[in-house]
Amino acid sequence: MAEATTGTAGARTADADRLVEQHIPTVVVDGLHVVYRVHGAGSGKGSATSALSRIVSKRRAPSIREVHAVRGVSFIAYKGESIGLIGSNGSGKSTLLKAVAGLLPAERGSVFTHGQPSLLGVNAALMNDLTGERNVILGGLAMGMSQDEIRERYQSIVDFSGINEKGDFISLPMRTYSSGMAARLRFSIAAAKSHDVLMIDEALATGDARFQRRSEERIRELRKEAGTVFLVSHNNKSIRDTCNRVIWLEKGELIMDGPTDEVIKAYEKENKR
Amino acid sequence: MSTVSEHIRPAAVAGGPDQGLSPAQLAAKYGLSVSGARPSLPAYVRQLWSRRHFIVAYATARLTAMYTKAKLGQLWQVMTPLLNCAVYYLIFGILLQTGKHTPHFVQFLCIGVFIFTFTQNAVMAGTRSIADNLGLVRALHFPRACLPISFTIIQLQQLLFSMIVLLGIVLFANLPMASWALVLPILILQFVFNAGLALALARVGAKVTDTAQLMPFILRTWMYASGVMFNIANIHVPAWSKTLLDVNPIAVYIDLMRFALLGSVHSDVLPPHVWAWAVGWAVVVGLGGFVYFWKAEEEYGRG
Repeated sequence: MAEATTGTAGARTADADRLVEQHIPTVVVDGLHVVYRVHGAGSGKGSATSALSRIVSKRRAPSIREVHAVRGVSFIAYKGESIGLIGSNGSGKSTLLKAVAGLLPAERGSVFTHGQPSLLGVNAALMNDLTGERNVILGGLAMGMSQDEIRERYQSIVDFSGINEKGDFISLPMRTYSSGMAARLRFSIAAAKSHDVLMIDEALATGDARFQRRSEERIRELRKEAGTVFLVSHNNKSIRDTCNRVIWLEKGELIMDGPTDEVIKAYEKENKR
Repeated sequence: MSTVSEHIRPAAVAGGPDQGLSPAQLAAKYGLSVSGARPSLPAYVRQLWSRRHFIVAYATARLTAMYTKAKLGQLWQVMTPLLNCAVYYLIFGILLQTGKHTPHFVQFLCIGVFIFTFTQNAVMAGTRSIADNLGLVRALHFPRACLPISFTIIQLQQLLFSMIVLLGIVLFANLPMASWALVLPILILQFVFNAGLALALARVGAKVTDTAQLMPFILRTWMYASGVMFNIANIHVPAWSKTLLDVNPIAVYIDLMRFALLGSVHSDVLPPHVWAWAVGWAVVVGLGGFVYFWKAEEEYGRG
């Protein structure tokens, strides 16, 4: 069996392969539907007269629109697998990840997971007006690290980001950073914690070439520590390098689910047309 | 050796030894739990407790970030209440010379305004706490109650700065008394009350986004009913109305704070059972708001 998957080569280890063979499920997604409700999307919401006429005529407000982002997706992920999610923009990849992480409620269907899946990303918790130093602490706490853990890893987070390579920038507010520097610090904070089920949403494309190499390395490490990894990316090469299985989504529906080579080939063929 | 095609599993059908199990059965067999499910109330409290450092750090960070672009920086924490007091002194103390029946009217007024502002701002921030932070809710895992509680702590921190200023101006009315020690329990009770209210309204505000627009009107009504700018003890209204004004939670906390700080407010002007009301409101609204918020824990984030 093992030989059959060597076609996807990449950075997978033999250990991970053996784990996959054991078929221990870590994520079970069963007929999942996710619906966003968007307020203020309808026409004429801004005009008071149209709002009034709606109230008078008792028509239902058109201002709440539903976006059906994921439609009936089912799959089972196993321990040791590293799964790429591909599809065009707006195909529901990120939404699917958030639903698996339990961050977006499911409209229908269910998601079962082993432990607490985590999204690699901490941007929303950071504040631009605070110093890099305080953001490291705040981000760590937001991800659920204890104060001791943060104290222990603080130096390695700062070193990894390379923020201090050109002077003492960590004690300056984050709004003074260049966009590359800020992205590097964000990635370093986010990648400081290891997870059972890890989900990465296009996090690889930050920083300069040297930092990108370093972050790819770190992601491979995280994969070793994690049971299962999900990776959303538009870069087919990074998917080929890191994933042994690919799920292809289009308009919220699952188009194909299988070994990396086959799915990517079909996906590229479809996109050439 | 198998062919590649065998690896394409039909969606959500277990392979290997588990063939034939339904997804739910498979999940049960391997002890998987429903993602994003609402934890039990005791588990939720435990999770919240383990995030206490995050709650405080988030509140402090928000507060620090608030004044970071001002040249005087954190000095504004004290300047804002000081300027507020100056405005009231100018209008009511010098221009209008009001409060002939109420001794030390400026101090009386400042206590009312600061205590009311604490609840007002906590309620406003609580209402928006989920709706305005959807990015955070959709990115990271934490008990969502962290947010309204954190926003209430921000207001508490601001009130503490106001209290320092307040103690300063109360010194113009009377010297420190033993009853100043009551300030702490009163603030704790009001904090619990405010947190409960912020939690309850956070849930409402997350579902009905118009709540934030409506709140200022409700709060203004509440302010006039709380005796912020006048002495409820001095007005003549029907008995039912008087009772209602006396048990109004904010009026209760304002009355107690005035009693604690001002020598001119004696215990005989306090409404009956005022301490019981203060504790009762804190417990009922605090616990009720928390449970009400927890009941929708898994739904926050849909927007």
